[in-house]
Amino acid sequence: MTERLIGLAGASPLIAVSMLLLVIGLLLALVRVVHGPRIPDRVIALDLMASLVVGLLLLLGATLRLLALVDIGIVLALIAFLGTVAFASLIERRTRE
Amino acid sequence: MTEWIAGILALIGSLLMLIAAIGLLRMPDFYTRMQASAKASTLGILFIVSATGLTLGSLAALLHTFLASLFFILTIPIAAHLLGRAAYLSGLLPLVIEDDLAGRYHPRTHELRGADETTSAVVPSVPND
Repeated sequence: MTERLIGLAGASPLIAVSMLLLVIGLLLALVRVVHGPRIPDRVIALDLMASLVVGLLLLLGATLRLLALVDIGIVLALIAFLGTVAFASLIERRTRE
Repeated sequence: MTEWIAGILALIGSLLMLIAAIGLLRMPDFYTRMQASAKASTLGILFIVSATGLTLGSLAALLHTFLASLFFILTIPIAAHLLGRAAYLSGLLPLVIEDDLAGRYHPRTHELRGADETTSAVVPSVPND
């Protein structure tokens, strides 16, 4: 495990820059989550944050040569999709009543 | 060589996702925010997935990344569409002059009628018993 963590330091510089860009995007989306005017804005920002985290996981898997991280990313995207669908159905049902 | 191609792909993908986040932050309206974030993040994550598949390189990795990209193509636009529909039905009006969807959704069943149906018949046609 330790040599895997040391291997992170020898990551490709382009992939390291990409991960930095993804983290900046995560912060920007977090601003929208904090003061989105209404609930749908917050939900779409959370969806984008989940996509950004999945991208980070994929790049981490490419750096550490771990295929399992790709599977973890798929599962995280599935959970985020289900959460978004649940929020959409909640918004729609709350207005119907 | 492969590593540099994968790095450039990852850089393009993360730039697209950063553009998605900037659009989410700067767009004036919920619907434009949804468009910006959904489309750009779909394309960006496809680039990142292909970079990962190219780096790992084995057959299992290519299969996993192919399935992952299929999954992302399917789910991200569907989630954005569902949210936009729910937001429109909850009364959130878009920031445009014309509202082409006005009166097209059935108020109770949430079915969408086409353009020719609304122009021809004001009342939904009931079969005469």
